[in-house]
Amino acid sequence: MTSTFGRRQFGTLVGLLALCALLTILTPHFLTVSNLLNITEQTTINAVISVGMTFVILSGGIDLSVGSIVAIAGVCLATALQRHMPLPVALTIALGVGSACGLVNGLLITVGRLAPFIATLGMMSIARGAALLYTDGRPVSGFDASFRALSTARPFMIPAPVILMIVVYVIGHLVLTRTTFGRYVYAIGGNEEATRLSGVRVGIHKTIIYVIAGLTSGIAAIILTARLNSAQPIAGFMYELDAIAATVIGGTSLLGGSGTLAGTLIGSLIMGVLRNGLNILGISSFLQQVVIGSVIIAAVLLDGILNARAQRARARRTSAAAPPPKAAV
Amino acid sequence: MTEFALRMIGVSKSFPGVLALDSVDLDVLPGEVHVLLGENGAGKSTLMKVLSGAVRRDAGEIELDGQRVEINSPRDAQALGVRIIYQELTLVPYLTVAENIFLGHEPCSFPGLVDTKRMRDDASQLLQTLGLRLDPDRPVREMGIAQQQMVEVAKALVGNARVLVMDEPTSALTNTEIDELFATINRLTARGTAIIYISHRLEELTRIGNRVTVLRDGRKIATHRVGEVDIAYLIRLMANRDLSEHFPKRRVPPGRPLLEVRGLRRAGVLDDINLTVRAGEVVGVAGLLGAGRTEMARAIVGADRRDGGEIRINGEIARLDHPADAIRRGIGFMPEDRKTQGLIQMLSVGENTTLPALGIFSRGGFLKRRAAAAMATKLVQDLRIRTPSIDQPVAQLSGGNQQKVVLAKWLATGADILIMDEPTRGIDIGAKVEIYELMNQLTARGAGILMISSELTEVLGMSDRILVMHAGRIVAEFDAAAATQENVLRAALGQAA
Repeated sequence: MTSTFGRRQFGTLVGLLALCALLTILTPHFLTVSNLLNITEQTTINAVISVGMTFVILSGGIDLSVGSIVAIAGVCLATALQRHMPLPVALTIALGVGSACGLVNGLLITVGRLAPFIATLGMMSIARGAALLYTDGRPVSGFDASFRALSTARPFMIPAPVILMIVVYVIGHLVLTRTTFGRYVYAIGGNEEATRLSGVRVGIHKTIIYVIAGLTSGIAAIILTARLNSAQPIAGFMYELDAIAATVIGGTSLLGGSGTLAGTLIGSLIMGVLRNGLNILGISSFLQQVVIGSVIIAAVLLDGILNARAQRARARRTSAAAPPPKAAV
Repeated sequence: MTEFALRMIGVSKSFPGVLALDSVDLDVLPGEVHVLLGENGAGKSTLMKVLSGAVRRDAGEIELDGQRVEINSPRDAQALGVRIIYQELTLVPYLTVAENIFLGHEPCSFPGLVDTKRMRDDASQLLQTLGLRLDPDRPVREMGIAQQQMVEVAKALVGNARVLVMDEPTSALTNTEIDELFATINRLTARGTAIIYISHRLEELTRIGNRVTVLRDGRKIATHRVGEVDIAYLIRLMANRDLSEHFPKRRVPPGRPLLEVRGLRRAGVLDDINLTVRAGEVVGVAGLLGAGRTEMARAIVGADRRDGGEIRINGEIARLDHPADAIRRGIGFMPEDRKTQGLIQMLSVGENTTLPALGIFSRGGFLKRRAAAAMATKLVQDLRIRTPSIDQPVAQLSGGNQQKVVLAKWLATGADILIMDEPTRGIDIGAKVEIYELMNQLTARGAGILMISSELTEVLGMSDRILVMHAGRIVAEFDAAAATQENVLRAALGQAA
């Protein structure tokens, strides 16, 4: 279903609000303007990567390489800045490297007929290794501090990365809901063979989907590099799992064909609020991992139970409407 | 009185809208090969599914060796010694012959610990009694289809099978392999195993069968000794159904050729396919399952590879390498399975309807949502698709309405050549008639239809011309006026017309 905000997304939003309400009761430090801005800002990177991940998962695939692509795009960006290349060139390099990695993923999957899991698992290792090789394992820093403005500027009081994130979501949402390409993303994830028989060139569209995932990883690399004022070859470690979690919590089916970006944004915010809340409450980072893992599982379990119940209700309705089968003589 | 190995008495089964089995009797003697004959949908597989416990019967009794038994699940059937070998092999390719034979029944020296030596010895012994020279340690994937089939037989016989059902066991075998299989069957019957043998190859009947039962429309028509009857008579029994079904066929004088296929080939699947579909014409394609009808349709629209041949559309040679090419040239393809190939179940009626036509309903990649919705709404009205709105997920529609959505997709693209694979499969009679009426409207407007159907009456009732396929070739062509159930079925069975 391609509607912006279904019953499922509404459920996720309720979950997010309940979580916020709980934290507001538990600690006075949660519901403050500065903390909320803080959460949003910290969420931006995961949220932006999750846009690409949502495209991929909607199409019935998976991309494990996004975290490593953040690293390789980041170190390429930082190196370009170090060499005093103009900002637009440096940014283009970051986005280009991200997209190129995505293109390789896409071609391996469509032309090479590899399972997305395998192709992107390979890319995860290759991109990480390339980033380490390229930097000799050391962080890249020492470029003009003006680049930090991308992270610190606050036009209209809103942090620049948050604005960037909103722009990415709006564009992503328009692409998914208003373009033929977006329609094909859902169709491919819903039923690839039926889509092909409907005359859609599935291979090209799937390739573009992985390019988009690479591109959003490149955007995330820019935000991350600006925030840290340096690029680490070990950056983005395990980001793919956060992105998958945000997408799935947001109601996108891992089987493909159903989900929305609005849901993914709420999913990322749930992850962000949860981390932030656990930090404020002073819960150890070890326990945090246990809590976050449990929330992911609980969200998907609950979704499965609700879905099964809705399906049963529907089956009852249809069988009640249909006439009983003719009795055998 | 003779003791039957198996008796099925008065077995009935109905599915919503269809009476699949109507009080069918079947008995099989120990050591007998009993052949089951019937065209597609006659009830053979439903009857066998009842026997194997895969389908629950509504009425009737089953007796084994004179004892009444209850078979409510495949487990029950297995425990009672009723085994079925399906057409598709069910072996695990990476396991050895012995491991496959004993899969799920491994002899154990200690609970959970497989006694490999005993398993291998038992397997060797079993293979020997069947006269099969197979190495029990060889992985199944290294063997040919025929040998794998033998492993299936051996596997079915673990734990003393009394009744063995073989569904089209020779469909993938060469002549020498068939000889080998028949030798094995003879050894089994000599041991007293009762065999139910399903085949479309009538020449096998006289070679291997003792008795034959003909089913038609879910009813048992007759049982005969094989020597007593000739093949022509059996074909008459299989085909002779009353044409009481109503086909609202309206004929249009055929116009110019829209689609011409010349010498279409696909190695091992299709051979030298030639056909022409003219404006205003419904060309029916009859044939048994596996005759290559669906493969032909898919090769024409570019969904599958072709190894040769030429396709002309409106007289011009067309390169159709992808369904997108076919759509651009005005071809619409309704696949045989609307659930897995025709529709995207999660998407709405409107989204499905306009999917192949999105090129028309967009500018610069952006959807013209209002225009697309208007087209979908118009088609829903024109085709009388019963849905609360075009935003309803297509999965929630009835089969007949889903099929109309599949047709609507191709009306949206303005296709004038429609290839319909089983257009009325699994939909109720009311929806069927509606689909037929829509076909009439299409041909009246000058469209040409190539209709593949396994329902002989439908082919006879709705076609202007009838092509019959057998083993990947078009073996006969009939004018609708000259076609009878009998001569079409005879051609489909590969008997000279």
